[in-house]
Amino acid sequence: MLYREAGDFKTTYREDNQTFPIKFDRYRYYAVLAVAFLLIPFLINDYWVNAIFLPFLIYSIAAIGLNILVGYCGQVSLGSGGFMAVGAYAVYKLMTAFPDVSIMIHVFLAGAITAGVGVLFGLPSLRIKGFYLAVATLAAQFFLVWIFNRVPWFYNYSASGQINAPEREFFGVAVTGANADSWATYVFCLIILTFCGIVARNLTRGAMGRKWMAIRDMDIAAEIIGVNPLNAKLSAFAISSFFIGISGALFFSVYLGAVEVGEAFGINKSFLILFMIIIGGLGSIFGSFAGAAFLVLLPVLLKNLFVAGLGWQPDLATHLEFMIVGGLIILFLVVEPHGIAQIWRLAKEKLRLWPFPH
Amino acid sequence: MLDQAEAYLTADGRQIGPVVMEMKNITLRFGGVEAIKDISFDIREGEIRAIIGPNGAGKSSMLNVISGFYVPQEGEVFYKGEPRAHMKPYEVARQGIARTFQNIALFEGMSVLDNVMTGRLIHMKANLFSQALWRGKAEHEEIANREVAEKIIDFLEIQAIRKTSVSRLPYGLKKRVELARALVAEPSLLLLDEPMAGMNVEEKEDMSRFILDVNDEFGTTIALIEHDMGVVMDLSDRVVVMDYGKKIGDGTPDEVRNNQDVIDAYLGVSHD
Ligand SMILES: Nc1ncnc2c1ncn2[C@@H]1O[C@H](COP(=O)(O)OP(=O)(O)OP(=O)(O)O)[C@@H](O)[C@H]1O
Ligand SMILES: [Mg+2]
Repeated sequence: MLYREAGDFKTTYREDNQTFPIKFDRYRYYAVLAVAFLLIPFLINDYWVNAIFLPFLIYSIAAIGLNILVGYCGQVSLGSGGFMAVGAYAVYKLMTAFPDVSIMIHVFLAGAITAGVGVLFGLPSLRIKGFYLAVATLAAQFFLVWIFNRVPWFYNYSASGQINAPEREFFGVAVTGANADSWATYVFCLIILTFCGIVARNLTRGAMGRKWMAIRDMDIAAEIIGVNPLNAKLSAFAISSFFIGISGALFFSVYLGAVEVGEAFGINKSFLILFMIIIGGLGSIFGSFAGAAFLVLLPVLLKNLFVAGLGWQPDLATHLEFMIVGGLIILFLVVEPHGIAQIWRLAKEKLRLWPFPH
Repeated sequence: MLDQAEAYLTADGRQIGPVVMEMKNITLRFGGVEAIKDISFDIREGEIRAIIGPNGAGKSSMLNVISGFYVPQEGEVFYKGEPRAHMKPYEVARQGIARTFQNIALFEGMSVLDNVMTGRLIHMKANLFSQALWRGKAEHEEIANREVAEKIIDFLEIQAIRKTSVSRLPYGLKKRVELARALVAEPSLLLLDEPMAGMNVEEKEDMSRFILDVNDEFGTTIALIEHDMGVVMDLSDRVVVMDYGKKIGDGTPDEVRNNQDVIDAYLGVSHD
């Protein structure tokens, strides 16, 4: 009987508009934030940060971004890897061109630049839909990777063709480069993810989100009630690319440190992020987190089980890992097409009735 | 004939205003098919104007011309005395014209409340930053527009389902939610394409009452398409009758009922 709305009356529309209208949800949200900011930084080591926490935080941002475009606005995209690359190269150019400006500002500027590129590649969505749009974004993916490989200006004419993140500090603490402490990189990414999560939630529960969802559910009706489709679709591409660009910037500068574009931001990345939002739940911010967590954790768990637990060869374990992840994705699509977010919702509905079954 | 600008009282004492929408010699073709053939009629402020006719007569097409969704090949449309400029569909909504569809066109992935709130989008202008931070104008607008939405939700008696997903609703309620979404925009002209199709008697009575109340309380001008003659006779001030794309009758319900062409069309007299 802890989890319920009864007795938790809303007397104003303002209260009813809250992100977490149920008290218990709200407290849990504060508790998660407190643990994430105040506890985890003191407990983690390099392994945990690099294997789990950084990828989870950074992919969550990308998943939120893609979910806005695909889950909320209904525009299919296979270009996320390419847009992450835009964020990565933008932050690299900014970091090396303006070394004295805060890395935080650079990360957000990289997001803004990616937003601009996203709008450009979103233009075909005004004419084409569904499968054809997916193919157009796929072209964007290959074009972007190709151009970052081919134009030496983007990688500052380095001999290897790679980009390397120089050391940068945030409030006097190194967050990029070889000397960055793992807790610092964690906190830096966590701050940005928290900001992105709140902004995404605000946009999707308000006027902008309703515009996107109206276009997703029935574009002709949306237009007739006064939604300008150009405005709605391009804003979705812009906001989505903004988040994905930020994620790419962090993936390069904070997480990997050095990047070869085809390897880090190839088509595989686009699919990975798409799988995250499908498994997590389309059209759900929580689902973006859940999907990212699932696909970051699963390989780690399997590897630990097979290699450390059962003592198998690492390469055999890797093959099996691919098969299991692939199989689970298919299972999810068949059994619960609305993803983890829906399972969570159903569980909460059950909990609301507990301990009485009806 | 009455003057266009003149208001008058109907037989049952209703105040009908001057002409707001005038269709002049409209012809609409789809390839070789002439869906509308040289039709002229007008809609007056504050009235309930019905468009009736057998299946395929061109009624929905006519509503689409009125709403600016189709541009006729010939003829002119005047709205509030001005010739209608070529407009995008989303610009029509901002002119104060709202509509419902013959086949329900709700946003199935959203709740009833969110569907109704989409009807307020044309009134919401907060910029991106205000929306992203949920501060200032965005928050005020959200609350002010929620109040308008809740008034319409109360008015149409759908409070109990406001947080339900539209996809879970039965047909009759969906029609009502669609009316709510159109009404909440506070249109001056409301177009309803078969608002009672597929409903049982009780639902039809409810819907008729709502339509009359909307017209009465908000002074909204209404143009509606309906097949149920009883309903049409009860609701409307004036009726246009269409058959095979042509106008075969226009007048008060009584005039139309006694028109020989209309009787023939409805009794299925063969066309040669
Ligand atoms: N988009 C379109 N393209 C081609 N033909 C069309 C189109 N819309 C309507 N028509 C044709 O125009 C004619 C009139 O159709 P309309 O839908 O306006 O009839 P209606 O009076 O609303 O009929 P109903 O009572 O069945 O709804 C029909 O012959 C129809 O096939
Ligand atoms: Mg029709």
